[in-house]
Amino acid sequence: MLLRHTTENIMERSALTINPAKTCQPIGAMYAALGIHGCLPHSHGSQGCCAYHRSTLTRHYKEPISAATSSFTEGASVFGGQANMMQAINNIFTVYNPDIIAAHTTCLSETIGDDLKQIKKKAVKEGKIPEGKEFISASTPSYVGSHVTGFSNMVRSMAEMAEPTGHKNGKVNIIPGWVEPADMEELKRMASLIEVKNILFPDTSGVLNGPLSGEYKMFPEGGTTIEELKSTGDSIGTLALGEWCSADAARYLDSQHKVPCSILDMPFGLMATDRFIDALRTVAGTTVPEELAVERGQLVDMISDMHQYLYHKKVALVGDPDQLIAMTEFLVSIDMMPIHIVTGTPGKKFEKRIKEITKDLPCEVNVKAKGDMFLLHQWIKNEPVDLLIGNTYCKYIARDEDLPYVRWGFPILDRQGHQYFPTVGYKGGLRLLEKILNELLDRKDRDDPEERFELVL
Amino acid sequence: MVTASKEKLVQWDPTDVKEELLKKYPPKVARKRAKQILINEALENETPEIQANVRTIPGIITMRGCTYAGCKGVIMGPTRDIVNLVHGPIGCSFYAWLTRRNQTDAGPDGENYMTYCFSTDMQDSDIIFGGEKKLEKAIQEAYDLFHPKSIAVFATCPVGLIGDDIHTVTRNMKEKLGDCNVYAFSCEGYKGVSQSAGHHIANNQVFRHIVGENDEVKPGKYKINLLGEYNIGGDGFEIDRILKKCGITNIATFSGNSTYDQFASAHTADLNAVMCHRSINYVADMLETKYGIPWIKVNFIGANATAKSLRKIAQYFGHKALIEKVEKVIAEEMPEVEAIAKDVRTRTEGKTAMMFVGGSRAHHYQELFNEMGMKTISAGYEFAHRDDYEGRHVIPNLKVDADSRNIEEIEVEADETRYKPRKSAKQMKALEKTGFKFKDYEGLLPDMDQGTMVIDDLNQYEAEKLVEMMKPDIFCAGIKEKYSIQKLGVPMKQLHSYDSGGPYAGFKGAINFYKEIDRLVNSRVWSYMQAPWQKNPQLSASYNWE
Repeated sequence: MLLRHTTENIMERSALTINPAKTCQPIGAMYAALGIHGCLPHSHGSQGCCAYHRSTLTRHYKEPISAATSSFTEGASVFGGQANMMQAINNIFTVYNPDIIAAHTTCLSETIGDDLKQIKKKAVKEGKIPEGKEFISASTPSYVGSHVTGFSNMVRSMAEMAEPTGHKNGKVNIIPGWVEPADMEELKRMASLIEVKNILFPDTSGVLNGPLSGEYKMFPEGGTTIEELKSTGDSIGTLALGEWCSADAARYLDSQHKVPCSILDMPFGLMATDRFIDALRTVAGTTVPEELAVERGQLVDMISDMHQYLYHKKVALVGDPDQLIAMTEFLVSIDMMPIHIVTGTPGKKFEKRIKEITKDLPCEVNVKAKGDMFLLHQWIKNEPVDLLIGNTYCKYIARDEDLPYVRWGFPILDRQGHQYFPTVGYKGGLRLLEKILNELLDRKDRDDPEERFELVL
Repeated sequence: MVTASKEKLVQWDPTDVKEELLKKYPPKVARKRAKQILINEALENETPEIQANVRTIPGIITMRGCTYAGCKGVIMGPTRDIVNLVHGPIGCSFYAWLTRRNQTDAGPDGENYMTYCFSTDMQDSDIIFGGEKKLEKAIQEAYDLFHPKSIAVFATCPVGLIGDDIHTVTRNMKEKLGDCNVYAFSCEGYKGVSQSAGHHIANNQVFRHIVGENDEVKPGKYKINLLGEYNIGGDGFEIDRILKKCGITNIATFSGNSTYDQFASAHTADLNAVMCHRSINYVADMLETKYGIPWIKVNFIGANATAKSLRKIAQYFGHKALIEKVEKVIAEEMPEVEAIAKDVRTRTEGKTAMMFVGGSRAHHYQELFNEMGMKTISAGYEFAHRDDYEGRHVIPNLKVDADSRNIEEIEVEADETRYKPRKSAKQMKALEKTGFKFKDYEGLLPDMDQGTMVIDDLNQYEAEKLVEMMKPDIFCAGIKEKYSIQKLGVPMKQLHSYDSGGPYAGFKGAINFYKEIDRLVNSRVWSYMQAPWQKNPQLSASYNWE
């Protein structure tokens, strides 16, 4: 047993977190920054954070993740990291020459109170930022929220780049939230089918799913361009996908530049995708093409074809709030029963939203924000499930409890495909459903006695 | 041959390469890097000197990590029956959760916390009002849940800044709990300049709080400790298999597949065999001073190196039975190794490698490449000190600079009752006369060819440039470097995680490594980078489908 010390008996804990269902802010900011074209993320703290965040993202994507750090020493930690940052800016532009540096902070620089906005002012004043180059920053204290908060903070800093010209650009801003490069591609594909001109930001497609060609490009072709980010203030509206990941930036554009926004769920599964498509159609005043209707119909078809294997199967879920809300709704919509749901990210709205979605289920539902995977495992021990959905760390629970398990979320360190095949939209819904069914049916094939082993399922 | 055709710069001149690497830097950076990039050459009256263990240049895209990683991640992480509690915001604990491949056997007692991640998950209120109360509570909760024999607490960046006194908290909790050894490590990430400071801090505290706690005499003959071996990919398992076969008893491994009791009993061994010099030489020195156990440098990476190290251990104990047994084991193990080396060599001979790994492997793995007929043309460490490059004889000349001055040096004295020289002065002399070296490590430089390039704290820019200019057949480093190198069409082997492979230590490990490098340097994939239409973009005639 890999997690043999996890007991059925649940003891109240107020100080000890075990097997977290979250990580810290800066990695989210780093991921978001990689979605800007020509951008080098920068970690203003001691270098360990940057090494860890790069490593985790690299293990997840199997792609190079470039980011620089201020490399604080003990002296800088006491007297402030401004000098380190000024040197870093100079070295980065001289050696690596990005179009833009997107800096974030760590618990170190936040605790000592370094102010990146002020440091930028000084850098501009001293001519450290070359002509035509940009520097943005986000404050991302690791002791507040989670990696999702860090992502949101950096996305908001991107929105703060908006420079409205007074002339509308006829485009819709789409803030995709923390989804995979393939998901971002899929969102753009759906928007183009409905003929909605858009600015998607951040956009890691083409950055974190690149080819092997014998050439290494630190700044690949993909990413939202600086011009596009500046232009978001001229857009006709913003669709923000995910309250935790994207709403802050959207509301900023709304309140500062009167770009109206609509906060939607992330389009995982049938219903959330329906709402996304409907919103796109409405803002653009276009009709939804037959092609998308067919994709939707295919998803409904597969649900009906395989419903017998899904009906009332119990599921445990762990991950980030925006993704979990949409996934829970999808599972309920296909008559499965998500009964244990944990996120490590704080936020009161989460539990309320999950309770609403699951209120008609004929069973008790355990839900916790600021929970951890140790608690989730204990819940599973008390009330077993038929399926577990979550990131790679779930494999230890899956093995111990002998559970079918679908890898979904962040990070996935031990399987491929998540960067190439979308899980958003109807197409993504088909894939999610395929993954769920594969697990359930593999299990059936493994466990059925020989005399009942079936060729056709 | 299926490898991609590459134009080789056979006649590259190291001076030109160095100049090219430095050209792009701002002057101050270039001056500093010039001292950390060394062309290995014999000088009159002296050996070349490299600058190492100095602060990282901000914004340069270093490979380095932090002190916390060196302390918790490397040294203390691999012990299965200690609850490692990280006092800080969640990230540090999360990122060190199962990401180093310290394989572990849960043993008959089954006490194994390796798969768990424990944190106080500090919030902004803890930063403002202090986190001592929460830490105390977390220790209590961990104790109530698991009743471990020991809880170790690790500080992260903000802990030092807000002034949480983790040592007082742990001392009080140790007293309160009674049957649980609780202690703390002040391994804030900003201390020192790299992981190295964390090694030192871990060495000090493990020696202060655990070593010597159990005086019970363990059974077995020829007792050694294996210091600085972390059982990545099962390296320690393979070394233990060989030691056992030879009849050598391993009392404690620091710290792959280890237990609390191994550390507690380490002072009962008669010889310390040091694998990773950088991370554990402090404990080796302290064990000698306090208990009289001598240490020798060994290397179990490479079949010949393994045989050499086993002979060294046997020679130390000096018993004929052991010496004969060791020879017998080597004779048994080597034929298979040699047969595979011979086959692999037909495909690897003459190929070149580069290695930029932590603080020891960039040296150790040269043995394995030599056995395949491959040459290491450039190597370096992330965080080693000058003694790891130039040999321990430079230690008296090392100056601790301002960035590392606050790393505690602990004074150890001979234990009044338990100090016992394992060999008499006469015996030591006699051994030394035969060329046996105690407390010695010659470093990386003497083992590298004339004109090779040794680079400390290599960065992203230099890595890319080196590969472009010198076109090695394989590049070895870590996960952060892997994919940018492979995008250039050069196979990249991770020598931290072994790319999920291993073991690479010992005899069986050598075989694994030969096969792995053969696979990498001869893979068909490197020939696919260009599509047919890219190789011949100009159409000389057009097809006519009509």
